[in-house]
Amino acid sequence: MLTKTSILRVVSKLLIPPIMLFALYVQFHGDFGPGGGFQAGVIFASAFILYALIFGVDNARKVAPAWLTRLMLAAGLLLFAGVGVFTMFLGGDYLDYSMLSKDPHAGQHLGINIIEFGVGTTVAGAMITIFLIFDGRLRAEKKD
Amino acid sequence: MVVIAYLLLRMHNLFAVVMMSGIYSLLAAVLYVIMDAVDVAFTEAAVGAGISTVLMLGTLALTSRRDKERTGNKPIPILIVTITGLLLIYGTLDMPPYGDPTAPIHHHVGRYYIDNSGEQVGPPNIVTSVLASYRGYDTLGEVTVIFTAAIGVMALIGRSRKRKKKLKTN
Repeated sequence: MLTKTSILRVVSKLLIPPIMLFALYVQFHGDFGPGGGFQAGVIFASAFILYALIFGVDNARKVAPAWLTRLMLAAGLLLFAGVGVFTMFLGGDYLDYSMLSKDPHAGQHLGINIIEFGVGTTVAGAMITIFLIFDGRLRAEKKD
Repeated sequence: MVVIAYLLLRMHNLFAVVMMSGIYSLLAAVLYVIMDAVDVAFTEAAVGAGISTVLMLGTLALTSRRDKERTGNKPIPILIVTITGLLLIYGTLDMPPYGDPTAPIHHHVGRYYIDNSGEQVGPPNIVTSVLASYRGYDTLGEVTVIFTAAIGVMALIGRSRKRKKKLKTN
């Protein structure tokens, strides 16, 4: 890995926090501006991958072990589908967010935010998982 | 974009091909911005130019950096591709010009979303309310696709280490 190049280390240290913050902004501001869960998840994952490329995948694995990324992968999708089931229990159709609150607008807003969060979690989890698996495979091949 | 697409076809160094396809995606994102599709452009820049380039590089590290040299040009594939391309271009001749307000696409559900989204759903970004609320099932499907893709990668190359250990112990 590129750990000995100090320019890359310093620049990426400066860049990673703003990238993550930007991902959160895209995530929760998607109903007012462009963006949403998909983009936010990818941006979040790219911050993580940048960290893994500069500081080594072993350090990155300490931050996000395999079980965590796999949990994110499944939890986001379950959250999305769960909101749908939940609105059915509240007496509406599947994924009818208006049921989530007395005011349909507030309900829609809440529902959209929750499912976008689920989307972001799954996308980030999927991207990081795929990246880590590629790395694991690469090491397995090098050992042979 | 056309120049880059042509270069993509002609190059044999796969590392350069991956970089070129990233540039191609970025140019496509610029095109989407020009066409006022900011959300699509955002996705294209993040996914097409960002993550997929990294994943492609990962794939290259697992496989080879150069593709196999092909011998000569084969006439039949080129003929088929040219005919298909010409047919597609011929098909676009019937389409209404870009930005035409009387085009059918602006009078079906698009009109309905623009008129009612503020009242029925709320968020100022209509794209978000269409994606998450009107077309919630589609988005759920898309997330399932991404989930399945990650599971597929896991099943294909993720478990190999354990399997190799088993082979060795056998």
